[in-house]
Amino acid sequence: MINNKQNILTVLVCLCAGLILAGCGERPPVDSQQVGYRGTAMVNFTNPRVEAATEAANAVPAALPAVPGDGPRAGEVYQNVQVLGDLSVAEFARVMLAISNWVAPEQQCAYCHADGESLASDSLYTKVVARKMLEMNRDINVNWTAHVQQTGVTCYTCHRGKAVPESIWFADPGPVTAGGGVAGSRMGQNTPATATALTSLPYDPFTPYLLDAGPIRLATDQALPADNDLNVKAAEGTYALMMHFSDGLGVNCTFCHNSRAFASWSESNPQRVTAWHGIQMARSLNNEYLVPLTSTFPASRLGPLGDVAKVNCQTCHQGVSKPLYGVSMFADYPELGAPKAPAAQPAEGEAVAAAATD
Amino acid sequence: MSMLNFERKYRVRGGTLIGGDLFDFWVGPFYVGFFGVSGAFFALLGTVMLAWGAAMGPTWNLWQISIAPPDLSYGLGAAPLYDGGLWQIVTICALGAFTSWMLREVEICRKLGIGYHVPIIFGSAILAYATLVVIRPVLLGAWGHGFPYGIYSHLDWVSNVGYQFLHFHYNPAHMVAVTFFFTTVLALAMHGGAILATANPKKGEVVKTAEHENTFFRDFIGYSIGALGIHRLGYFLALNAGIWSAICIVISGPFWTRGWPEWWSWWLNLPIWS
Repeated sequence: MINNKQNILTVLVCLCAGLILAGCGERPPVDSQQVGYRGTAMVNFTNPRVEAATEAANAVPAALPAVPGDGPRAGEVYQNVQVLGDLSVAEFARVMLAISNWVAPEQQCAYCHADGESLASDSLYTKVVARKMLEMNRDINVNWTAHVQQTGVTCYTCHRGKAVPESIWFADPGPVTAGGGVAGSRMGQNTPATATALTSLPYDPFTPYLLDAGPIRLATDQALPADNDLNVKAAEGTYALMMHFSDGLGVNCTFCHNSRAFASWSESNPQRVTAWHGIQMARSLNNEYLVPLTSTFPASRLGPLGDVAKVNCQTCHQGVSKPLYGVSMFADYPELGAPKAPAAQPAEGEAVAAAATD
Repeated sequence: MSMLNFERKYRVRGGTLIGGDLFDFWVGPFYVGFFGVSGAFFALLGTVMLAWGAAMGPTWNLWQISIAPPDLSYGLGAAPLYDGGLWQIVTICALGAFTSWMLREVEICRKLGIGYHVPIIFGSAILAYATLVVIRPVLLGAWGHGFPYGIYSHLDWVSNVGYQFLHFHYNPAHMVAVTFFFTTVLALAMHGGAILATANPKKGEVVKTAEHENTFFRDFIGYSIGALGIHRLGYFLALNAGIWSAICIVISGPFWTRGWPEWWSWWLNLPIWS
């Protein structure tokens, strides 16, 4: 009898352990990257078998052949060229072709330029949106190098061959609940949310922090939290946003932070500085470029609460800490950077002086 | 040498696993045995190594002394002493000392003619430690995945490991382990309360018997597990606390590299509602 009981127990234990391991669906060997002092557990894990799929999904398309940048400007030759008028006609054509491949590979030019109308016509909303997005793209590459460095961005960074990028966000009204009032209120959380890596943390971490400038850093910097009225709910909001960061970048919290002191810059990794600029950038892009487009979009393109599609970390990063694994498509399309100076070239001395002030 | 009156019955020769009669003696009230000697050796050597590491380190502040494992770049090889080598020696010493203590318990069990319950459950605690500093690092391919030996530093390590998986409370085995730990404490507290209440009567009253304990718990929760049963329950709970905490850490990394919240997508995707 005792032997039978022991056998049954052994089988049960093995079954449980087997189920847990099988449920995980991963196995050694896994890759680990140390990002802090030894023994601090500041380590990022990647499973090469999981990573292979991410790498395939983030392959970079070949660049179109370069074209001469001299000759008449697009703004002089074509009508109604408001953003890229500084490019040569050949460059302009190359960028237009690239955009159609990146954003509307099936519809091509007709996605923004209405059939049978002049190319200058703004009758399609998509063209008005595209113009705003080109302004945004240039703004990022020129004014947000603190975040995008010299790698820069192109339309493809977000669009990846889709007219509407895969990862965008709308204000989230939350799931429909049966009850009303207090009983039916989820207080903005307590339901598995894709925005927060499937945690039950607040399911819309974007509106307060990437649209509004809500307080993300909330740890008190004093021994006693005397003047800190931010509560646990506020901390959950920050945690929710950080879950999105991790999920969007395919990293864990220790990529930027030493969790023994989240707020301490001196104990954080340099990536946290880049991420800080990213928060400012996403917030700025949402407010300066996307919200103003709200009335441009048809209702079908708006969110459940009537707001416009907006960007978050995942919009560009798509599960990778450096979008497209750090490959700079912008290097192949410098036209998406600073507008070229008008024809008159500065004298050599001035150029050197300008470089020095940079 | 004086002995308590019942000690004479238990101080018997034999039952040793190794060393025969060589170490089969007592020092004062302490049984020595081969594993007493090896345990003392490893404990002393390990402690000296820790002190050496502290002496070479930046602080003598007890809270902040830390003997850290090597960088991941050393893989499963030996590291220079001051770059994690001390940690490797301390780890060997710790496992040597813990295992010696367990085997010394085995020898004592054999002398007393009782079962091996005590060494087995101590073994589950050793298993949890070995999982942290040997099994998981080997599965991950580097000693650097072990935790540092320091009061604050090991807590920082625990915190960061939790955040490596975004939210460790979603680790299913962690949930089970934590539940077993808390239930162990609950059972111990209730058992301790019952024993203290029966063994420390009011002035003028006599010490109570097991029937009083049974009556109390039958009144309180409708069931009394009994004087023997409570120890079996405690054994079961504590054993599982150790085993499941070992499982919860060994699956984190080797068998799951993403956030633990994401693991639960199987639940969200059950065909009942998805």
